Amino acid sequence: MMPDLGRYALEVSLAYLVSLGMIGALVLWYWARGRTVRRQLDEIETRRGKNE
Amino acid sequence: MASFWEYANPLKFMRTTDWLLPIVAIAAVVVTSIGLIWGFFFTPDDFRQGSTVKIVFIHVPAAMMAINAWVMMLVASLIWLIRRHHVSALAAKAAAPVGLVMTLIGLITGAVWGQPMWGTWWAWDPRLTSFLILFLFYLGYIALWSAIDDPDTGADLTAVLCLVGSVFAVLSRYAAIFWNQGLHQGASLSVAPGTRMDWAYKAPLYISMTGFGLIFLALVLAGTRTEIRARRMKALVTRERMA
Amino acid sequence: MIALLMRDLRLAFRAGGGFGLGLAFFLILAVLVPLGIGPEPQTLARIAPGILWVGALLACLLSLDRIFALDFEDGSLDLLATAPVPLEGAVSMKALAHWLTTGLPLVLISPVLGLLLFLPGEAYLWLIVSLALGTPALSVIGTFGAALTVGLKRGGLLLSLLVLPLYIPTLVFGAEVVSRGAMGLAVDTPLALLAGITAGAVAILPFASAHVLRINLR
Repeated sequence: MMPDLGRYALEVSLAYLVSLGMIGALVLWYWARGRTVRRQLDEIETRRGKNE
Repeated sequence: MASFWEYANPLKFMRTTDWLLPIVAIAAVVVTSIGLIWGFFFTPDDFRQGSTVKIVFIHVPAAMMAINAWVMMLVASLIWLIRRHHVSALAAKAAAPVGLVMTLIGLITGAVWGQPMWGTWWAWDPRLTSFLILFLFYLGYIALWSAIDDPDTGADLTAVLCLVGSVFAVLSRYAAIFWNQGLHQGASLSVAPGTRMDWAYKAPLYISMTGFGLIFLALVLAGTRTEIRARRMKALVTRERMA
Repeated sequence: MIALLMRDLRLAFRAGGGFGLGLAFFLILAVLVPLGIGPEPQTLARIAPGILWVGALLACLLSLDRIFALDFEDGSLDLLATAPVPLEGAVSMKALAHWLTTGLPLVLISPVLGLLLFLPGEAYLWLIVSLALGTPALSVIGTFGAALTVGLKRGGLLLSLLVLPLYIPTLVFGAEVVSRGAMGLAVDTPLALLAGITAGAVAILPFASAHVLRINLR
């Protein structure tokens, strides 16, 4: 399955792995921050809902 | 067809992106996977560059999105300054980290590519230099956002910075071209991608460019949703403190 | 507006105003570089134009946060914003005062430092001309950066991160003028571009700075 990358195998796979890793990290970070903010907002809104 | 400006309403934006975001996200994953898998597994090696030519399928889309993200931030900043739509300012804020990472990917893949091809990780080629400068502009923009507490003040200041920065980024680009042509008449190292490229490369390249565009769109939508919520939260907390 | 300028100049010259700090920094840099690189005249002569320009740039940066900080703290900036003088004019005067206290001394002292770095004889004229043309742009751009960060605590570091990328075109063309001058080449193209950047920055950036200041004073 793995194509023959010849003598540049390391460079090519490194480029792919690093880039995908960085995009993955970025996505995870956006997702995690989105979740935290959403949870905090929900908390505040339910609290306000009770008070009023 | 509804007016584009309707999406300036945060509620409307949230409601639309509720169903739009998953679609864009799935499309981004699918299209990018097709492009990159095609590019990595099913393209022939270049007779001169060997298998390193496969890096192009990440390098060029990332570089393209790095510039497009800044252009999008510029447009969003202008919309905020002129029409005062909060969604616009928050979208610019959400786009900046994506642009930063895309610039970084462009630089890193370029270095990894340059090592075997030019024999060096880095060259002060105008194109590389301008990218490094773009990276610095992203850093400054993000740093200014994170330094300011009040969201509206932050939006105003960063929008002006984005405008002024754009002018100077373009100037820097020309300065870099001029600078390297000036005294150090080095060999032109840029392997211009896209010139006389075969369809065997072009097809997966266009697909992964679309994929990267979709990734950007999905992340900006998700980030904007987060920022809208964060802004609302901040407003609620302030109101609670006042009461 | 003249009164404003005189007031800023007086404040700068008074003890603690920071006048001379930039100059001292410029001098120290010109001493440190040969210590770090080695005393060979050829090497130093080759890098002298770049070092002198980078030094001038950093020396300018050093005093930027003082442009608005003191006025912001004691509230006189709020008075300025509501004064009959347009804020754009006041901002321009601030930039001019910064240039007179930082940029101009740098221009005047630069030949001496050029001597320390074995700058070739033909380049002195172009060093002075390019610095005289370029440092106003540094002051005006720096004023914009200072206006952006005026209300922030610990704004100094952020200020350099924001301002330094904006300095790149000025630096490139300024240093290019000097190194071309040192090699006896024609300097008119980079000189014209440098002058263009300065003229553009002086004409447009005060409006951006004033706008940003109004936002920060809101």
